[in-house]
Amino acid sequence: MMAGVGGGNDFQWCFSQVKGAIDEDVAEADIISTVEFNCSGELLATGDKGGRVVIFQREQESKNRLLSRGEYNVYSTFQSHEPEFDYLKSLEIEEKINKIRWLPQQNAAHFLLSANDKTIKLWKISERDKRAEGYNLKDEDGRLRDQFRITTLRVPVLMPMDLMVEASPRRIFANAHTYHINSISVNSDYETYLSADDLRINLWHLEITDRSFNIVDIKPANMEELTEVITAAECHPHQCNVFVYSSSKGTIRLCDTRAAALCDRHSKFFEEPEDPSSRSFFSEIISSISDVKFSHSGRYMMTRDYLSVKVWDLNMENRPVETYQVHEYLRSKLCSLYENDCIFDKFECCWNGSDSAIMTGSYNNFFRMFDRNTRRDITLEASRENSKPRAMLKPRKVCTGGKRKKDEISVDSLDFNKKILHTAWHPKENVIAVAATNNLYIFQDKIN
Amino acid sequence: MQDAVVSPEKTEEAKLKARYPHLGTKPGGSDLLRKRLQKGQKYFDSGDYNMAKAKMKNKQLPTAAAEKTEITGDHIPTPQDLPQRKQSLVASKLAV
Repeated sequence: MMAGVGGGNDFQWCFSQVKGAIDEDVAEADIISTVEFNCSGELLATGDKGGRVVIFQREQESKNRLLSRGEYNVYSTFQSHEPEFDYLKSLEIEEKINKIRWLPQQNAAHFLLSANDKTIKLWKISERDKRAEGYNLKDEDGRLRDQFRITTLRVPVLMPMDLMVEASPRRIFANAHTYHINSISVNSDYETYLSADDLRINLWHLEITDRSFNIVDIKPANMEELTEVITAAECHPHQCNVFVYSSSKGTIRLCDTRAAALCDRHSKFFEEPEDPSSRSFFSEIISSISDVKFSHSGRYMMTRDYLSVKVWDLNMENRPVETYQVHEYLRSKLCSLYENDCIFDKFECCWNGSDSAIMTGSYNNFFRMFDRNTRRDITLEASRENSKPRAMLKPRKVCTGGKRKKDEISVDSLDFNKKILHTAWHPKENVIAVAATNNLYIFQDKIN
Repeated sequence: MQDAVVSPEKTEEAKLKARYPHLGTKPGGSDLLRKRLQKGQKYFDSGDYNMAKAKMKNKQLPTAAAEKTEITGDHIPTPQDLPQRKQSLVASKLAV
């Protein structure tokens, strides 16, 4: 079966690495909740339900390694958010990291934003490979020297030391969200970023933590009239005045911050017309958009709803230009998926570096890739069974009815607890990171 | 194009309505949204708490220590009873 998705006919995805524990009992805190490459692809960050961030760094390419690209090794890990309690509302504030977004690199240090439900933090990750030795007032182990014993003055010298990577919180952006933050997005001006919760979107300046501008507010005066919530938001990759936000009703609004201080009136409204005769109880729920991502070119955007991924041309509001079915066979299972809450799962989606392919997750640790040019699609599985170094990934197929062929899996055998909600594609190369509950898989293309 | 067969979605909807006849008529409506907005375990309602305190006014309030043995449905939690949320002191298993 053709596996040429994402880069031509000779293309094959291979296993590269898997990180995380093997044991069956998954601790809640270990569940990965976000995955993100930095702008160069050198660093890969993950956030988990326990509020921790782990950053991996790619090995330097060496001439000795001919068969595979550099591996990702642990670079830094820190506790980003801690559980809190809102005493006024008697509600717990989860430490789960909802989103991580990297800032473009401007000096030797790396910066990222991490957000839980209520607070966003700017973290600085820097390297230290030298330390000063020969202090006058203290010993090498830090103890103060007896000042009467000091008879000479010396200049401390910088000596090399083992590389130490330090993460420190530089800004804490708190108390601006009444509802739960679902998105953060760094603006192309590198000065501001937006954060979105269920009903509001705020614009922040990276240097200023004690205030933010509210730019979208869809809270109705009477909460009984609430019909829709904000599900995701993103800044345009090049136009710093443009951003989009998606809703639980399957619509996307594009806003221009030059038009008004409060962008409650959209500049563009994207919605696919629905056939009213096919409407069911589930229609609105499955149309809810769980993720929205601009293409790198800035000309298109992609949305993920429960059963499909849609590509929209920003110049055409009345329908998407491309629609890809992720797992259409689930349409006849909606009743049980509603009962076990899976119908509310929020899948993310991502573009490859050249915008020629898109990827999104599914159940049973399956993930799907679609090549926009060839219209080919493939289903792959993140599994330890296929985790020998450089092992080629075999395409997977779900059997929807009738006779099940060998190697196919029937819809009823799918494990709905094995969800792939978070995936990331290296900005320049064919390297992908796939989060499967508490494990992180890295796959890359075969070097011929 | 008209379907001769009933769409799978409508079949699923009929199944759901058969199991839960009192399910809201408004599809996906504001009940679901409001449940989504208030995600997270609510430990107590201040109204319930104050009602319970008023009821107990004439009796001596039992100390939190004595009640630690059994928490029943009638028990109104006080801040001392809440399980302490400790931060994760264990490093992520991804970083091994």
